[in-house]
Amino acid sequence: MVVVRVALFATCVTDTLYPRTGQAVVRLLERLGCEVDFPAAQTCCGQMHYNTGYPKHAAALAADYERIFTEYDAVVAPSGSCVGMVREIYPKLLDSTQAAIRSHELSEFLVDVLGVTDVGAYFPHRVTYHPTCHSLRMLKVGDRPMRLLRAVRGLELVELPEAESCCGFGGTFAIKNADTSSAMLTDKIKGITETRAEVLTAGDNSCLMHIGGGLSRLRAGVSPVHLAEILSSTEEEPWQAVA
Amino acid sequence: MAGRGVTWLGTPTFPKAARTALADTQLRTNLRNATTTIRGKRAGAVAELPDWEPLRLAGEAIKDEVLADLGTYLERLEAAVTARGGVVHWARDAVEANEIVLRLTREAGADEVVKIKSMATAEIGLNEALAEGGVQAVETDLAELIVQLGEDRPSHILVPAIHRNRSEIREIFRREMPDVPEDITDEPRELAEAARRHLRQKFLTAKVAVSGANFAVADSGSVVVVESEGNGRMCLTLPETLITVMGIEKVVPTWSDLEVFLQLLPRSSTAERMNPYTSVWTGVTPGDGPKNFHLILLDNGRTDTLADTVGRQALRCIRCSACLNVCPVYERTGGAAYGSVYPGPIGAILTPQLLGEDVDKQARSLPYASSLCGACFEVCPVRIDIPEVLVHLRAEAVQAKNKTSPEAVAMAALAWAMGDARRWAAAQKAAGIGRLLSRGGRITSLPWPGSKWTSSRDLPAPPKETFRAWWRRTRG
Repeated sequence: MVVVRVALFATCVTDTLYPRTGQAVVRLLERLGCEVDFPAAQTCCGQMHYNTGYPKHAAALAADYERIFTEYDAVVAPSGSCVGMVREIYPKLLDSTQAAIRSHELSEFLVDVLGVTDVGAYFPHRVTYHPTCHSLRMLKVGDRPMRLLRAVRGLELVELPEAESCCGFGGTFAIKNADTSSAMLTDKIKGITETRAEVLTAGDNSCLMHIGGGLSRLRAGVSPVHLAEILSSTEEEPWQAVA
Repeated sequence: MAGRGVTWLGTPTFPKAARTALADTQLRTNLRNATTTIRGKRAGAVAELPDWEPLRLAGEAIKDEVLADLGTYLERLEAAVTARGGVVHWARDAVEANEIVLRLTREAGADEVVKIKSMATAEIGLNEALAEGGVQAVETDLAELIVQLGEDRPSHILVPAIHRNRSEIREIFRREMPDVPEDITDEPRELAEAARRHLRQKFLTAKVAVSGANFAVADSGSVVVVESEGNGRMCLTLPETLITVMGIEKVVPTWSDLEVFLQLLPRSSTAERMNPYTSVWTGVTPGDGPKNFHLILLDNGRTDTLADTVGRQALRCIRCSACLNVCPVYERTGGAAYGSVYPGPIGAILTPQLLGEDVDKQARSLPYASSLCGACFEVCPVRIDIPEVLVHLRAEAVQAKNKTSPEAVAMAALAWAMGDARRWAAAQKAAGIGRLLSRGGRITSLPWPGSKWTSSRDLPAPPKETFRAWWRRTRG
């Protein structure tokens, strides 16, 4: 399938805090032959509003999303969580969800739409993968991210113990139930450090922000890196840790 | 008795109660061991059935059909029970149900009742109400007995004493069981034997038994109790009078519908292929079993719950407890933090709904006791979309709150900023000032409420250039 135009939905977290992930998605998709556009009118999927109990605010943002992305063949986002919101929840908020049904999480887009698992990446590091809850249970991305990672040259993939248990982020849950969230994070970090991986990867920057925040506090020596950044890394242009 | 029962008075809100529970390292170890074991077993038992998904869909469909026409099925049940010599009572709330049980017990001339595990009677605080009326209730389910003797609260739907390990149980028995052997060890077999001896006397002398019900068949008037130990069977057959307290949502249309649930329930709850003791009784049979059978149909907030088209799916629950065992929040906090007879994810949606207008700050905190990870929905044998109901109840809680609460104002401000790309870019620029708080790319301390994040986690410093700014600079 030849994708004419792909719109990148960067998500508010990536746009604001992790621009490198957005840049990695652009580089990766262009390398694979896509024409990528970033509609500047986009902001946020509204998941935080919806999940915290403000569905009206979320519905307004959902309507914006539909309007902004409806002209594209496909929308790609580096977040299972945000795509879960768009594809699974928007139908409850809006009458028409034309753009929402054409939205894909990055690993889904690569494997299902572009039909590739070897994206020509090079990443010579020991890596463990955390399957984020919404990727896992809402979108059911299954082993797509693992298949992509296994095809990366130089990458040593190590299994994360109790991988499928939640990291404890949960949006405002991390604030409203900070103690429980931290307890969940502690167990997640224990599993990560047991793997002796240098890099923790996932398909969601919000979860990586949470886990990374804990790893950083403990000076655990594990870098959280979004899946897109690993897949965009090549021998010519390797991924580099933030200075 | 105040209100509808369901929650325990004086319990703090979930975040506070959770903090206390999290500090109890023994509790966390007990819970982690228990939930990890049963999680693995359940997954194995479910994987054995090739038609698990169709079974879940069937369970969901049967329950939805019942809920859509509950009045009809209940009247059919009442007619069938009455025709077979039973007596049906309708109880609007906890007070009415407790009064009926107390009156029937007095009429039978008893000052002690044996009980088989019943969530409904725990929900209405029956034991306390009977005690006030001078009647002692004796729990006969082993775990319930442990909770009762330990003057404790149940912390799990299926294994109410899950928070206790066997040496704690030994201590409780030594302290509270008058006829326990001096040298009893913490071997499960010895503990079970002590409980068996203790309970046998109760079974042989009790005139009245009180039970719950897992299901009741509308067509035949049959009532079904599913249990693991056989103690329930003693309660259901030995005493002269049997009083069953049943939530009105427990009715199923026909016998063949049971087939679905008797497959879904044991595999989801105890990871067993078939349930060890399934007791079914229909009215009374002269010369066999109890002489008098009373069925109390309990509403206690269920009709109000039914009126909520999103929330009503909570009434499909068959109390298997699979959602508790997979819940990462429950695993850390245990059941007591939920302050209700219904803990865990199902409790977080059921408790506030059953309370309805009586919902207070504590019950209102329950729908937030979830990271919305979705593990509960994935395992639910009747496909209750618990995350969907949690979010729905959060929206109701927001509606009930002051529109000018700090959170509501912040959410509205954020939505306003996100409603327009130019405003959003300006907000991102403002957030970029956060760099001033950072050292080495990390923010380690923020003022309240950000402090709730930075108490245990760093935050990345916002980068100098957002993605959209980069795009405009390089592509725009």
